[in-house]
Amino acid sequence: MSTSLADVVAVACADAWRGDGEIFASGMGVMPMLGARLARATFEPDLLVSDGEAFFVAGDLPIGGADKLVEGWIPFRQVFDTLWGGRRHVMMGASQIDRFGNTNIANIGPWKQPKAQLLGVRGGPGNTVNNATSFFIPKHQSSVFVEQVDMVSGVGYDRAEKLGGFIARRHDLRRVVTNLAVLDFNGPGHRMRIVSVHPGVSVADVQSNTGFELVVEGHVPESRGPTDEESAAIDRIDPRGLRHRELPA
Amino acid sequence: MARTSKLMTEVEAVSTIESGMTIGIGGWGSRRKPMSLVRALLHTDAKDLTVVSYGGPDVGLLCAAGKVRRLVYGFVSLDSIALEPHFRSARQAGTIAEPVEYDEGMLQWALYAGSLRLPFLPTRAGLGSGVMDVNPALRTVRSPYDDSEELLAVPAIRLDAAFVHLNRSDERGNAQFLGPDLYFDDLFLTACEPGRRFVSAEKIVPTADLLKEGSFHTLKINRSMVDGVIAAPNGAHFTTCEPDYGRDEAFQKAYVEAARDDESWRAFTARFLASDEAGYQRAVAEWRAERKEDKK
Repeated sequence: MSTSLADVVAVACADAWRGDGEIFASGMGVMPMLGARLARATFEPDLLVSDGEAFFVAGDLPIGGADKLVEGWIPFRQVFDTLWGGRRHVMMGASQIDRFGNTNIANIGPWKQPKAQLLGVRGGPGNTVNNATSFFIPKHQSSVFVEQVDMVSGVGYDRAEKLGGFIARRHDLRRVVTNLAVLDFNGPGHRMRIVSVHPGVSVADVQSNTGFELVVEGHVPESRGPTDEESAAIDRIDPRGLRHRELPA
Repeated sequence: MARTSKLMTEVEAVSTIESGMTIGIGGWGSRRKPMSLVRALLHTDAKDLTVVSYGGPDVGLLCAAGKVRRLVYGFVSLDSIALEPHFRSARQAGTIAEPVEYDEGMLQWALYAGSLRLPFLPTRAGLGSGVMDVNPALRTVRSPYDDSEELLAVPAIRLDAAFVHLNRSDERGNAQFLGPDLYFDDLFLTACEPGRRFVSAEKIVPTADLLKEGSFHTLKINRSMVDGVIAAPNGAHFTTCEPDYGRDEAFQKAYVEAARDDESWRAFTARFLASDEAGYQRAVAEWRAERKEDKK
C-alpha cells in the first residue's frame, strides 16, 4: 500500500520538533497539531502539547477529542510568558512567505486599505523573535511563495539580522512544510532551501510553484513516509482522517 | 451583607459613554465577550470611539455601526470562523480612520503598563516586523545595563471605559471566571480610569456563594476594580461562556451570512438588534425554535 500525501506531510510536520526536548510544541491547525502530537507520541516524548484551548494534555488526545488527560494549565497569558521565554516551538500558517522567511497572515494588498483583510499580525511578531517557528502551507504556489510579503507579521532572517544582538543570535525559523516539499532556511545567507520533495514531486515542480529562486544543494531526497510506529500513532491521533480533508491525495 | 450595590442595567452603563472615548473590551476572539454591553452601546449616540480589543464580534458590530474611529488590535477573528466579516469590510473600505495593529503580546503589555501607571513596558515582540512600519509613533528604548539591547517600548494604554463579561459576580463587583481562561479581563479593568469599569455576569450571587462553584483561584476580579455590575444571563451570546454555555455556532454562522450584503444585514439588524437586550434574547429564542421546527 502506498503512503498517502497526508501521512508524508504529517511526518514532515512532526520532524520539525525533533530534538526539541521538554518544551511547548504548539501546532496551529489540524496538520501542525497532528505533527506535534505525533512527535510526542513517538520520537520526542518530553514535548508538551495543548488541547488548543487552555490545557496541556498527556496521552494521545485525538484531534477534536474531548476526553482529555490534563497535565497542566496554559491560558493565553502563560502562552505569552512561555514563548517570550523561548520555551516553545510553534508551527503556524502563512498566506505569504518570502525567501528569508518573512511571513504574512495580516492582509493582502496595502496595509492602509487592504484588498483583503485577513487575521491581523496576531502573535506572529512575538513568535518569530522569541521562540522557534515553523510553517505549514497546505497549497504551495507562487502567490504564497512571493518575492516580498505585503505585511511582515512574522520576522524573517534578513530583518532579524538587521536587528542584531539577542534576536539575531537566537532567531530560529525551523522549517516550512507544504503539500509538495519540506524546506528550511539553511541556504547561503539563510535563504530558503529545498530539504526534500514528497513522493511524485520533482524539484522543478517545487520551483515552478515558487515565486523566487530556491536553493538546491546536490541531490534532493524524497520526503520519508511514516514508520509502522508512526502510522499507528497517526491513526490514534487522527482516527477520523481529518488530515486527508486538508491534503487530499 | 452588601454595603453598596453596584447593580445597574446595560443601558445605564452605556449611557456614560461619550463620543471620542477609549473603550477596552475583554474576552478573546469569539470567547466570553461582553456582548450585551456592546449591543446596548449600538443604541447610543456615542461615536468616534477608540476600541481596544482581542477582537471578535464586538469589534465587528461596532465597525458595522460606524462607531470606531481608532481600533487597537492584534487580530479580529471569530475563532471557528477565522475572519470577522464586518471588520474585514471596514478595513477594506478604509472606514476605520486610525487602525493600530499590534502583536497580541504587545497589547497585553500596553494594558499592563497602563494598569501600573508606567509610560511603557519593554519587549522584543514587534521589533523587525511590519508593526514597526505601520506604527511610526512607536519608539525603542535601550537597556541601561551591560547588554545595552534595543527594545520596543510599548506605550501604555489608559482606558476611559472597560467592558468585561464574567460567569459570576456579587453586587459589589467581586467577580469570578469559571471557564478555562481569564484572558486579559483583569488588565482591561485595571488599565481603566475609575468610573466606567463595567462587569456583566451570567449570574449575580451572594458574596458567600462565590466559592461554591470555583476555588479561590477563580476570584481574579475584586470590587476595587469595578464600578458597575450588570446581571446579564446569556450576555456573551453568541460567543462562548464556558462552563455556562458554549459558542452558538449556528447563530454565529447566521451572523456571518447576514454580513454578506447590505440588505441581509439590515434584515438581521431589524430582527435581532433593533430593540433592547431582552428583545434580543427573545428574538434569538424564536430563531432557535424556528430552526428546530424546520428540522422536524
